[in-house]
Amino acid sequence: MTTQVVSANRLDNGRVVYLAPSGQWIGALSEAEVAHDATAAESLLHRAATAIIDRLIVGPYLISVTAATGRPQAERLREQIRATGPTVAPAHHDRAA
Amino acid sequence: MVAIYHYDDADRTLVRERVAQFRDQVDRRLSGALTEEEFRPLRLMNGLYLQLHAYMLRVAIPYGTVSADQMRVLAAIARRYDRDYGHFTTRQNIQFNWIKLEETPDLLHDLAQVDMHAIQTSGNVIRNVTADHYAGAAADELDDSRIYAEIIRQWSTLHPEFSFLPRKFKIAVTASATDRAALKVHDIGVRLHERDGAPGFEVMVGGGQGRTPMIAKTIRDFLPEHDLLSYLEAILRVYNRQGRRDNKYKARIKILVHDLGAAAFAAKVEAEWAEIKDGPLGLPEAEVARIRHHFQPPAFRDLDAPNSLHVAKARIDPAFARWLRINTHAHKQPGYAIVDVSLKPVGGIPGDATADQMDALADIAAQYSFDEIRVTHTQNLVLPHVEEGALHAVWQALGRHGLATPNVGLASDIISCPGMDYCSLATARSIPIAQAISTRLADLDAQEDLGVLGIKISGCINACGHHHVGHIGILGLEKNGQEYYQLTLGGDPGADASLGEVIGKSFSAGGIVDAVEKITVAYRALRTPGEAFIDAYRRLGPAPFKETLYAAA
Amino acid sequence: MPLLKNGTVTADPWHDGTAGLIVTLEQWRAQRDTLLARNVPLGLRLAPSDDVETVGDDARRFALIAIDFPAFTDGRPYSSARLLRERYGYDGELRATGQVLRDQLSFMQRCGFDAFEIANPNAAQDFAAAVGEISVVYQPAGDREPTIAASAHRAA
Ligand code: HEM
Ligand code: SF4
Repeated sequence: MTTQVVSANRLDNGRVVYLAPSGQWIGALSEAEVAHDATAAESLLHRAATAIIDRLIVGPYLISVTAATGRPQAERLREQIRATGPTVAPAHHDRAA
Repeated sequence: MVAIYHYDDADRTLVRERVAQFRDQVDRRLSGALTEEEFRPLRLMNGLYLQLHAYMLRVAIPYGTVSADQMRVLAAIARRYDRDYGHFTTRQNIQFNWIKLEETPDLLHDLAQVDMHAIQTSGNVIRNVTADHYAGAAADELDDSRIYAEIIRQWSTLHPEFSFLPRKFKIAVTASATDRAALKVHDIGVRLHERDGAPGFEVMVGGGQGRTPMIAKTIRDFLPEHDLLSYLEAILRVYNRQGRRDNKYKARIKILVHDLGAAAFAAKVEAEWAEIKDGPLGLPEAEVARIRHHFQPPAFRDLDAPNSLHVAKARIDPAFARWLRINTHAHKQPGYAIVDVSLKPVGGIPGDATADQMDALADIAAQYSFDEIRVTHTQNLVLPHVEEGALHAVWQALGRHGLATPNVGLASDIISCPGMDYCSLATARSIPIAQAISTRLADLDAQEDLGVLGIKISGCINACGHHHVGHIGILGLEKNGQEYYQLTLGGDPGADASLGEVIGKSFSAGGIVDAVEKITVAYRALRTPGEAFIDAYRRLGPAPFKETLYAAA
Repeated sequence: MPLLKNGTVTADPWHDGTAGLIVTLEQWRAQRDTLLARNVPLGLRLAPSDDVETVGDDARRFALIAIDFPAFTDGRPYSSARLLRERYGYDGELRATGQVLRDQLSFMQRCGFDAFEIANPNAAQDFAAAVGEISVVYQPAGDREPTIAASAHRAA
C-alpha cells in the first residue's frame, strides 16, 4: 500500500486542489493530508464525496505520493505536472516581444 | 467589407440566446440543481473541458476565417480571462487553457459581440466545420469552399436530431484538387468539383484518426449542389441510428462504415436519402447566392503590371528572399500573394500565440490583408490577401513580433497537441519533444534542403496531433512511469492520403530526437534529385530507415 | 411519474389502463391483427433500437407512441420521432420516457415529441423556460418551425 492524498479540481474555477488536514481544499500538494493505509484513504474519499455535494470540487481521486521528507510529493509525472504546472514556458516567456 | 460571413439579426439572436442558455446552465450547476454528470455533456456541447490545471475553453473559428476585429477580441479574452495567450489547434480553433467556470458566461458574451461562440466545439455533435485555409485566395481553387462550409455550419448548428450522436463528428470541405484540409481523415470530407459545368461534391465518409485510424471512402462521386444538406442529413441519420453506442472506442462512423463495408453503408445512405431528397432540405440557388455574397472577393486593386519591389528587395536581402520562397503562396489575383504566418518559432510551443501577437496580427491584417486572417490545420495563421508590393513591409512587421520564421511546411513546422503539459488524457508530453526537435533541426538551409517534411506529435492514442498522417509521426506513451515515444513513417494527409507505419521499438524522450535526426540523414542519402521525403519513403519502404535506426545498436 | 403535455402537468390516462392498451413492438408484430380486432385504443412502447420502419404506416393506428431514453445521451429516439412524424404521418401523442431532462426538452420538442414523463417537481416551469431559450432555428425538423433561411427577412 502506497501513501496517498486526495486531489480534485475546484468546481468554480477548475484549479487543482488537495484535501488538507484542516478540511480545507488547498492548492499546495505539500500541505495535503497523507493517508498511510486503506482505511485512511477511504476516509479521504468519503470527505471528498461531501465536498462534491457542497459543490466545492469535481472528480476527486487518490494519487500516490512519496512522503519521505514528511511532505508529500507526487509519484507520477502527470500528478507532478498537476501540482506544479506545465513543464513548458508559455509563449510570452520564451519569445522576444 | 471584410469577406467573412456577417451575421444578421437571426444569426445574432441564436448566438446571444445560446449564451443566455449556457449562463443559466452554469448557474444551475453552481447552485447544485445540476450534477456534474448532467452538466458535463452540456458544458462540452459548448466547448468547455475540465483539464489538468483548470477549465479549457475551445472557441470555434468556423473554417478558420477570422477578421481583424475578431482577433482583437480573442486577444482581449486571453488577457482578461486567461494568462495572455491562446493555442491554435489542428481543427482551426483556438483554446484557452486557464478558464474559470464562473467567468465563462461573461467570456461567451464578449465573444458574441463579434459574432463568435463556442457552440459544438466538443461533445458528440457535429463539430466546427473546417475548410481549406487558403479558400477565396488560392490560385488553384475552383470556388470558395467557405460558402459550403458556412451552409453546413448553419444546418448543423443546434441540430435537434443530431445533438446526441454516438460520438463526435467532424466535417471538412475543400474546393480544390490540392487537399489542404485533410479530408480523408474526417468523418465526412466534401470536395467540390464540376461536371458539365455544374458544381457538385465528391462525398467521402469514415475517415478518422484516434486509436483506429482510417482513410475515408468515397460513397458518391458527384452530388449536385442542391442536394448537399439532404445527403448529409441522410448520412447522419444512418449513423445516429446504427452507429455503435455500446463501446465508445467503436462509436465513430468509421467503424460503422468499416463493419458494413463502404458499399453497403452507401446503399443505406442512398435509401434514406431517396426518402428526403425532395423535402425541405433542398438547397435553393438563392440561398447559395446569399451566402456567396458574404464571401465576395475583397476590393483588389488592378495590378496588371507585376510589382517587382519585393523581387528587388529579395535580391539584396537573402533572409527576406527565403521567407518569400517558403512562407508565401500563389494568389488567384494577379499582384497579390498569400502569406503564411508561422506559429512555430524554433524551440517554441506549436500553435501558441500571445495576446500581443494576436493584436499585432490584427493590425497587420487591417493594414495589408483586407482585415482577414485564417487559421490552418497545421496550427499556423495566414494573411490571405497581401499585395506583392507590401510583402517586404509585412515581413518586417511580422518579424518584429516573432511571426516570420521561414519554416512553413518544413521540418520545424511541427504539429503538436498539448500533451501532458495540459491535457488530462495524455500519456506523455508532446510539446517538449516538438521543442527539442525544432531546436535540433533549426538550421534553415538544412531544412530547406530537406524540403516538405511533416513531423506530427500526439501525447496519447487519441491522435489530436495528427501523428498517423505525419511523414514522421510521434506518439507519446507511458510504461512504468516513464514517457516513451513510438515512431511512425509514411503518413500523409493529402489527396493521396496514407497512414504511417510503426517501424520498430519505441524511444526515450532523448532518443526520439536522435531518431528523427537519423531519419533525415538517411533520407538525404537515399533520395533521388528533387524527391520529397514522402515520395522517397513510398519508393523505398521502411527497410532502409529501420536499418539506420536499429542496426548495430 | 408526472406527465407533461401541452406545457402543463396532467394526469396520465394510460397509467391505470383506462385510456387503452400499451404494447411493445414485439407484441405488435406478433399479434397485430388480434390487437386491432379488440377495438380499444392502442399505445406503442418503443426502445431506442426498435426500427420504426417495421411500424411504418401502421403508426397512425396508435393513439400513443412512447419512446424510451434509457440514458439522455442516447440520441436514437430523436431520429425515431422524426421518422414517425415526418415519414409515417403519425399525429397522435408522441411521448418521451426514461431519462428525460430539462436541457433536452427543446431538442425533443423540435423532433416531434409533445409529451414528456419527467421526474421533476417544476416540470411545467422548466418546460416553458427550456423551449423558449432558443427562438430561431437553422434547420427543418419535425416541429415544422420556419427556418431562419426560409423566414421573411431573408426571402428578400
Ligand atoms: C485538450 C483537450 C483535448 C481532449 C480531451 C481531446 C480529446 C480527444 C479524443 C478523445 C479524441 C479521439 C476521438 C476518437 O478517436 O473517437 C480526439 C481526437 C482528435 N482531436 Fe482532440 N482532444 C483535445 C485537444 C485537441 C487539440 C488541442 C486538438 C488540435 C490541435 C485536437 C484535435 C483533434 C483531432 C484532429 C483529433 C483526431 C481526429 C478524429 O477525431 O479522429 N484535440 N481528441
Ligand atoms: S492526443 Fe491525447 S494528449 Fe494530445 S490533446 Fe489529444 S487527448 Fe490530449
